[in-house]
Amino acid sequence: MSKYYGWGLPFNASANGAAIDRLIYGIHGIMFVLFIGWLTFLVYTLIRFRARPGHQAAYKVHHFKAPTYLEVSVALIEVLLLVGFSFPIMNHVKNQFPNEAGALKIHVVAEQFAWNIHYPGADGVFGKTRQDLMGSDNPVGLDPSDPHAADDIVTINQLHIPVNKPIIINLTSKDVIHSFFLPVMRVKQDAIPGDLIPLWMEANKTGDFEIACAQLCGLGHYRMRGFFSIHTQEDFDKWLKDNAPAPAAAPVAPAV
Amino acid sequence: MNHASHAHPLPFWRKYIFSMDHKVIGVQYAVTSLLFLFFGFGLISLLRWQLAFPSQPVPFIGQFFNDTQMVGGIMLPEFYNQLGAMHGTIMVFLGVVPLAVGGFGNYLVPLQVGAPDMAFPKLNMMSYWVYFIGGIVMLCSFFVPAGAAQSGWTSYPPLSDVAPLGQTVWLIGMVFLITSSLLGSVNFIVTIVQLRAQGLTFFKMPFFVWAQFVTSFLLLLAFPPLEAASVMQLMDRLAGTSFFLPSGLVVGGQPLAHTGGGNPLLWQHLFWFLAHPEVYVLILPALGIVAEIIANNTRKPIYGYKVMVFATIFLGFMSFVVWAHHMFLTNMGTSMSSFFQITTMIISIPSVVILTALILSLWGGSIRFNTPMLFAVAFLPMFGIGGLTGLPLGLTASDIHLHDTYYVIGHFHYVVAPGTIFALFAGIYFWFPKVTGRKLSEFLGKLHFWPSFIFINGIFMPMFILGLAGVSRRLYSPEYAHAQAVQPLNVFISYCAWGLGLAQIPFILNFVISLFAGKKVDSNPWESTTLEWQTTSPPPHENFEHEPVVLHGPYEYSVPGQKKDFLPQNMREN
Repeated sequence: MSKYYGWGLPFNASANGAAIDRLIYGIHGIMFVLFIGWLTFLVYTLIRFRARPGHQAAYKVHHFKAPTYLEVSVALIEVLLLVGFSFPIMNHVKNQFPNEAGALKIHVVAEQFAWNIHYPGADGVFGKTRQDLMGSDNPVGLDPSDPHAADDIVTINQLHIPVNKPIIINLTSKDVIHSFFLPVMRVKQDAIPGDLIPLWMEANKTGDFEIACAQLCGLGHYRMRGFFSIHTQEDFDKWLKDNAPAPAAAPVAPAV
Repeated sequence: MNHASHAHPLPFWRKYIFSMDHKVIGVQYAVTSLLFLFFGFGLISLLRWQLAFPSQPVPFIGQFFNDTQMVGGIMLPEFYNQLGAMHGTIMVFLGVVPLAVGGFGNYLVPLQVGAPDMAFPKLNMMSYWVYFIGGIVMLCSFFVPAGAAQSGWTSYPPLSDVAPLGQTVWLIGMVFLITSSLLGSVNFIVTIVQLRAQGLTFFKMPFFVWAQFVTSFLLLLAFPPLEAASVMQLMDRLAGTSFFLPSGLVVGGQPLAHTGGGNPLLWQHLFWFLAHPEVYVLILPALGIVAEIIANNTRKPIYGYKVMVFATIFLGFMSFVVWAHHMFLTNMGTSMSSFFQITTMIISIPSVVILTALILSLWGGSIRFNTPMLFAVAFLPMFGIGGLTGLPLGLTASDIHLHDTYYVIGHFHYVVAPGTIFALFAGIYFWFPKVTGRKLSEFLGKLHFWPSFIFINGIFMPMFILGLAGVSRRLYSPEYAHAQAVQPLNVFISYCAWGLGLAQIPFILNFVISLFAGKKVDSNPWESTTLEWQTTSPPPHENFEHEPVVLHGPYEYSVPGQKKDFLPQNMREN
């Protein structure tokens, strides 16, 4: 079907992904050991203490020490998972944003049922956007009177990024709550109307992948599929050049 | 005691329809909620066709739907979303909770505490009828223009605020259901505090009563915020308010005319402030049922009764401070998410305590494998899977990938379907003789248990693989490449779901046949210790010939020096 997706975690193309994958697989290892332990004890008990002629239940049984040890070790494992893995990973993902100067900045505006991707263009500055200008030919409401808007690139369902470069995405939604999900990047973030939510990522492999919506957003939720390409820096520069608006006319100027 | 009712026999409609007898109300609750459980299961079985065979006409049944639901037998995405949303709503609010609390709680709590009835019989009757109206309203919502609610059982705004009429009906239905639960919970609390039989101290109460007691507090304290939230969402839809609508929304290319200034996350906080305690409302009565059945069928006291009670109370408290772990991806700060991760890890401890105590209770017993016991024992490992899989969801770092995927569906279904619903089946097999004076067939019971056990794992186990692969829930069709890759599992799951449906036929047959032709049994066929078994089957009006006086704890099985291996709570010795 696909070399990137199968029965297990999807292909990982993200610098942050390995730590998350280790955690997910690690927890499943612990869960598996605990469950097999329980199950073995349960089955053994059921067989050994089955009702049969000559067998009597014991009114008093000796006090078990094992549950206390089990509780304490479960608690310790949980502390370890929190302090050793979850807290540091979340701190890295949520709080340690890369330096803006060296990063590519992108705005993503979700709507029923598409992802509008807004690049600042050659000048590196986003043009102003206005809600009253939003329409099918100007999905993010780019204001043509703003000089910074002229070189901005707006795509629908096309997210292109260079490999090995930090990406900062500002995420919002026009209408309902969506969830911006890049399975191969281990990135998932709700897009909430009225909020502008920053997130960052860095790809370490190239390829063509997909954007999915992970929050029910209406009848077209299932087909809110975007294309997500990770290019080498050269290919990405070429893509930018090919998609840059013609310098004279502002192609995204609205009719009004 | 009120003896007037003995003198004047009540007319039929007062005795069996608008009854104030907790036993009749309990049976009404149980039968209604069982019908809703099967209906809710029917909805998802239909939905599973679309998941297994996307956009192929539904064979035979497809022709009975109108063209806003299916076209040429092919399910529309709108209808798919209705089936999903209504499945969740019906299973939780009209099926499991009314069966566990309204059915089992109503029937058994007064009997187990040795009371003649609930503290407020009229309130009890009202609670059932308000629930009934809520259920009818929910069912009717399928017939309004554009169909039933379709924004998920969680009904997140703004989607639900701009959804078709069915959402308004859903909200009205919810207001009825919540009101019913509030009326019921007050009644339970007062009954348990005030009407316990002489000698029945709190620590002599059966664990089931404790579970219902804590459950009632959860309902009483957690439901009002959702009732308020439902009314607020109704106002957003009907009165032009914008509690949950921020400024500047553009829906379908058109600016939305409303005042703005609201916040969609407010709904999520209010919703989950109920819906997390609600999880324990679903689980605790099930744990109560399982404890009763394990003690009875191991013929020994349950292990660590007091510890279990304290763990349950602690669980109840903690359930109020974990709600935001359903919202880890809403961009809460790391200090907030850390707090909710810590509370989520803490709440797992009492759950492990209770489960461990139940498993250890088997040790040293003389275990009878009758149908109730099979369901109760199967509950233990499956509930364990449900608990364990909560771990990667409770840690934000792993939740990033697993949030809102099939992993979540697998997790909470293991808790409430192979978990709670199995316990409820155990309870039905166990207490059927008390309610009817007849026993359900053991053969049909086992024919119900084994296929159900196999198929239910066939449904939910593969969902963990779907979730790890990243497949989101609520997808009408596997358009995404990562969903395509695991599509064969969806076919397998659907066959198992339909198999599970077939596996309920022996149960339905058993239920109906045994009602009229089941083997007649005496008042205490399982040789049990608790008070409900120390009166006739079915118990008379006002429950006991003589008000019982309690002498012992609830699980005095195999007491040394006794003739029989069980010592009823109100019996000096035997």
